[in-house]
Amino acid sequence: MNRLGALLALLCAWIGATSARAETLIAAMSAHQVQITSNYTGSQLTVFGLVERDGRTVARTGPYDILITVRGPRRMLLVREKERLGPIWINRTQRRFPDNPVFLHVASSRPIDAMMSLEVAQRDRVGLANAERAPGNWIDLDPGSVRFRDSLVRIMQAKDLYGYDERGVTFLSNSLFSAPVDIPATAPTGSYTVDIVLYSGGVPLARQQTNFEVVKTGIEQRLASGAYDWPLLYGLAAALMALFLGWGASVIFRRD
Amino acid sequence: MQIYLPIAELPISVLMVLGLSGAVGFISGLFGVGGGFLLTPLLIFLDIPPAVAVATVAAQVAGSSMTGVLTYLRRKALDLKLGAVLVSGGIMGTVLGVLFFNTMRRLGQLELVITLSYVTLFSVIGGLMLYDALRALMRVRAGKPARLKRRGGMHPWWMGLPLRMRFNRSGLYCSVLPIALLAIVIGFIGAVLGVGGGFILVPGLIYFFRIPTAVVVGTSLFQILVTMTGATLLHAVTNQSVDIVLATLLLIGGVIGAQFGGRAARNLNVESFRLLLALLILSVGLRFAIELFVPPSEPFSVVVPESAR
Repeated sequence: MNRLGALLALLCAWIGATSARAETLIAAMSAHQVQITSNYTGSQLTVFGLVERDGRTVARTGPYDILITVRGPRRMLLVREKERLGPIWINRTQRRFPDNPVFLHVASSRPIDAMMSLEVAQRDRVGLANAERAPGNWIDLDPGSVRFRDSLVRIMQAKDLYGYDERGVTFLSNSLFSAPVDIPATAPTGSYTVDIVLYSGGVPLARQQTNFEVVKTGIEQRLASGAYDWPLLYGLAAALMALFLGWGASVIFRRD
Repeated sequence: MQIYLPIAELPISVLMVLGLSGAVGFISGLFGVGGGFLLTPLLIFLDIPPAVAVATVAAQVAGSSMTGVLTYLRRKALDLKLGAVLVSGGIMGTVLGVLFFNTMRRLGQLELVITLSYVTLFSVIGGLMLYDALRALMRVRAGKPARLKRRGGMHPWWMGLPLRMRFNRSGLYCSVLPIALLAIVIGFIGAVLGVGGGFILVPGLIYFFRIPTAVVVGTSLFQILVTMTGATLLHAVTNQSVDIVLATLLLIGGVIGAQFGGRAARNLNVESFRLLLALLILSVGLRFAIELFVPPSEPFSVVVPESAR
């Protein structure tokens, strides 16, 4: 009985691998590390991918669509809203987003609304507005949290930390595609994940994940770790340098 | 030319920072104010995280007031004894201010307290100074002396309180109590608002104690030098937010600007000095008032809490 079960499972796996079920997705990054040096002003990486299909893959009626979601390191974010109190405007309400990526970029081969329905986009967490939606929670019951979530996306977009490029993925041939990923200089250090999903007719066919990291190197890295590892020494160095430069200026500019 | 700041974690244009800190340094040398109240909001406007801006400006202010102190010391326009009284009062005020700061932060109203105090302080002090300076200018126009002469034996009552002390360089014989009180208030405000407090100290010493302007500026710079050097160390040890690259850039611009400012101060007559300082302080107050009273175009803001760094 046990042996029969194992045999069945093996059979299923074999059928799954070779039969006409789906395409496979292969992806690679142009680099897996972005190094911050003292003249760093941002960087650009490229995601390359290949949709692999063999003779048995079923013919698709629609074109292939690629959706790429890049998520940066996660931090707690606070979104505050200013409200009127008498004659003045002050921050009155705030909402916490405890585990939110500080960087989020979405790129697709054609606009998402042409690729799939709104419901599918929400269910599969596709697009800037849906990428961080709690799974299973299709309809937000609290209208307030939608307002804060939308504002978060809007403000982060203005800072270039969030972005959506509806034609960011280019097909170089029927199966080969590439997409640039712009890393602005303000993007935080840490590890980034890149999720690539292949769609056709609004149905996800294959997914692949890769990653890269943004790190400080050289003098930038030494200064930053110095500030954390020897804070007193670092502070003394900063204060002494300040006093020395102040003294130096008064010597250089001395005329009387 | 851009350079990446290791602690603030963003690149910044070197020339822009040099120009900015040079201009602020000039004002600082001219008026004997640290310039932190101008530089900190400017850096925050350039997207530098507020904690990094406050801590790094502390280092910059320490350096540029060092230059000023040496210049005034050489010119014998610095009252070290008065400075010592101000520093010790300032330390007490700073401790009280930090306690108040933490209480307000617990209550979640820190930002409102800071904005309101900026508006009130700057408008009131700037307004009073402007009124006084304009009245003096009118008198000059009318051919009368700018100010009523100080006559012997005519002192405000607070100078006659017990514990009188003689400050030779300032030409002052006065009770220590009101001076210490002024220093405590300034230390308190400095700790809460993250500024050196020179912009309160200078008019305070001029108006309440009638100390000659030149000595006031030198002495105020001395007090700022001591408190800001301490603040740099405290910031570096407690929250690692001093950006040494940004501080160096700010210092290079700042100390050069302060040199020219200090020199220009000698050629500036007292009345226009007061008028300009009044206008400067008032305009900063107005800027914060606009933030408070004008409906914001973007009512939402996103912050990454410091603890999450």
